[in-house]
Amino acid sequence: MFHRESGYFKTTYAADGGLYPLPIAKWTVGVLLVGFILLPTISTVVSGAVSAEYYVSVVNLILIAVVGALGLNILVGYTGQISIGHAGFMSVGAYTAANLAVKLDLPFWITLPAGGLMAAFIGVIVGIPSLRIKGLYLAIATLAAQLIIEWVINHTPAISGGSQASIEVPRPTVLGHPLKTQRELYYFLLFFAVLSIVATLNLVRSRIGRAFVAIRDQDIAAEIIGINIFRYKLTAFAISSFYAGVTGVLYTYYLGIANYENFLITTSIDYLAMIIIGGLGSVLGSILGAIFVTLLPIVIRLFMESFGTLLFSASDLNNIIPATRLGLFGLLIIVFLVVEPEGLNRLWRNIRNYFRVWPFSY
Amino acid sequence: MKGASAQRAVARGGDNQLVVEGVSKKFGGVTAVQDVSLEVPRGGILSIIGPNGAGKTSLLNMISGFYKPDSGRIVLEGTEITHRKPSAIAALGIARTFQNIALFSGLTVLDNLMLGRHVRMKAGVFASVVYWGRAQREEIAHREACEEIIEFLKLQDLRKQQTAALAYGLRKRVELGRALALEPKVLLLDEPMGGMNQDEKEDMARYILDVNQERGVTVVLIEHDMGVVMDISDRVVVLDRGGRIAAGTPEEVQRNPKVIEAYLGAAKSGAQT
Ligand SMILES: Nc1ncnc2c1ncn2[C@@H]1O[C@H](COP(=O)(O)OP(=O)(O)OP(=O)(O)O)[C@@H](O)[C@H]1O
Ligand SMILES: [Mg+2]
Repeated sequence: MFHRESGYFKTTYAADGGLYPLPIAKWTVGVLLVGFILLPTISTVVSGAVSAEYYVSVVNLILIAVVGALGLNILVGYTGQISIGHAGFMSVGAYTAANLAVKLDLPFWITLPAGGLMAAFIGVIVGIPSLRIKGLYLAIATLAAQLIIEWVINHTPAISGGSQASIEVPRPTVLGHPLKTQRELYYFLLFFAVLSIVATLNLVRSRIGRAFVAIRDQDIAAEIIGINIFRYKLTAFAISSFYAGVTGVLYTYYLGIANYENFLITTSIDYLAMIIIGGLGSVLGSILGAIFVTLLPIVIRLFMESFGTLLFSASDLNNIIPATRLGLFGLLIIVFLVVEPEGLNRLWRNIRNYFRVWPFSY
Repeated sequence: MKGASAQRAVARGGDNQLVVEGVSKKFGGVTAVQDVSLEVPRGGILSIIGPNGAGKTSLLNMISGFYKPDSGRIVLEGTEITHRKPSAIAALGIARTFQNIALFSGLTVLDNLMLGRHVRMKAGVFASVVYWGRAQREEIAHREACEEIIEFLKLQDLRKQQTAALAYGLRKRVELGRALALEPKVLLLDEPMGGMNQDEKEDMARYILDVNQERGVTVVLIEHDMGVVMDISDRVVVLDRGGRIAAGTPEEVQRNPKVIEAYLGAAKSGAQT
């Protein structure tokens, strides 16, 4: 945020290792949090109940994406491994939770961690080759995992729940109250998004997170200071796919249905786009990327529906919009990789640094 | 000064902390190390010298577990470590620096040192994610240990700097700091003064002596600068073309005709640095 750090000196190591570099940043976080808690109310007041339900549903999508993007960034941005199979891990979480919720009638606070753990288990198995292979080869191995997971779910009625490969799940219940509206779901999702953000911030500033970065920067030196590379790569896969599994469960509760078609390879690529555009190895970047990639197709659709009708027929538009979205993602990934590999996070830092000493530019 | 540490080594029992027994290593047709043995006395400074390509780095790589010897044994304080993983050997207390600096370049000096303490820290995934409580207490305790090293190596002004941005000599010093952060029993230094100017070399020699004498760390040093080697070593081992051709006190080694021959030969063929 826009704070000036002059005149403030840290006097303890605890303060120096704190999440908020300056005391005033705690206030910013507090204000943000209050804003987020009031968001549904504000949007209802401003735009009316019906539109508010739609706006909040979009924010809900962002909250879900934040969890998945953070998880993928731990693996790709912090540990320097790659996964094109993350949507596969999400579907593992989704179907695990859906089956538990439907067949055993279990509540979300059991199905959610269970979905995460099952995804983590599969993630570790997929991560095993990462000891021997890197880069493109690992990418292909995880891509294979994505396709295998899709195939298995699709061909195992015991998992997928039959012909449509989809399972309807009951609404999550909090204190005996089922969460039916988007506004109710919003608080549910906000809780897990904030939890994931704090957990990730803690992870990356402590021993395990530092070891991940060490493996990314210099794997030989990492080994020489005593980091067991294999164990830590698998740990990164486990944590990352745990987040993915939780993302899948949240999305399932959001939609009220588990369906593998929501977790195809294009979703894996969406999440990669989030962390590349947002910023690899950055928590804020994961959040910015999740916002950007979730909003982009909505903006494209709005734009096309307003102006596209001048050029195309309505039926053509339905094909053009997804194509535009994919093309734009591809273009943006390339542009960010080439021009600003540190993503939106870096752009944000540049703006902030500019204002930090403003109006003095030295 | 070298006399003092040697005497102390004797006072502590004078045993050999690290023993290398007849190790060999071949790469395809190239014999990098051929049946080399050496003993590193506890608390001493042992230097390994030899012309380029003599097999010095390869020997160090076998001690720290990166290369597996084709034959022979390596024993640390009575425990055989020949076939252990590098990370396990580090956990037993062997730290090292590299001939071509291998710092975590995207991280700060402080984070590099904290990473050096990895094996001394315990926080697992769960404690790290929760952070407040155990992990934070541990971070603070180990931060204090790192600050002590930062002070010792006079890196105070640089603790929050990314190591990629530092001058060459400073990066070498940070790498020494990272190795020290592990609180090693044995410190392996691969040309810690390579590429340094005379002033920087003297500083580094001073740090190595302090590490050895004040912290009681056993040092194995690879160095090309004969002045430094003769000055600070208790014992010197000379390698040439993979084999050990001499060993003894600096004076003995300097007088050894085989050593003179190896160095003159290397000078004649133009391989000497
Ligand atoms: N990983 C490897 N693969 C193939 N050959 C190697 C490998 N490591 C070392 N060698 C060879 O082993 C021999 C000894 O190399 P080493 O690096 O141990 O010498 P050195 O004494 O450290 O030399 P310098 O003083 O130049 O650092 C050289 O011929 C080198 O080419
Ligand atoms: Mg060498």
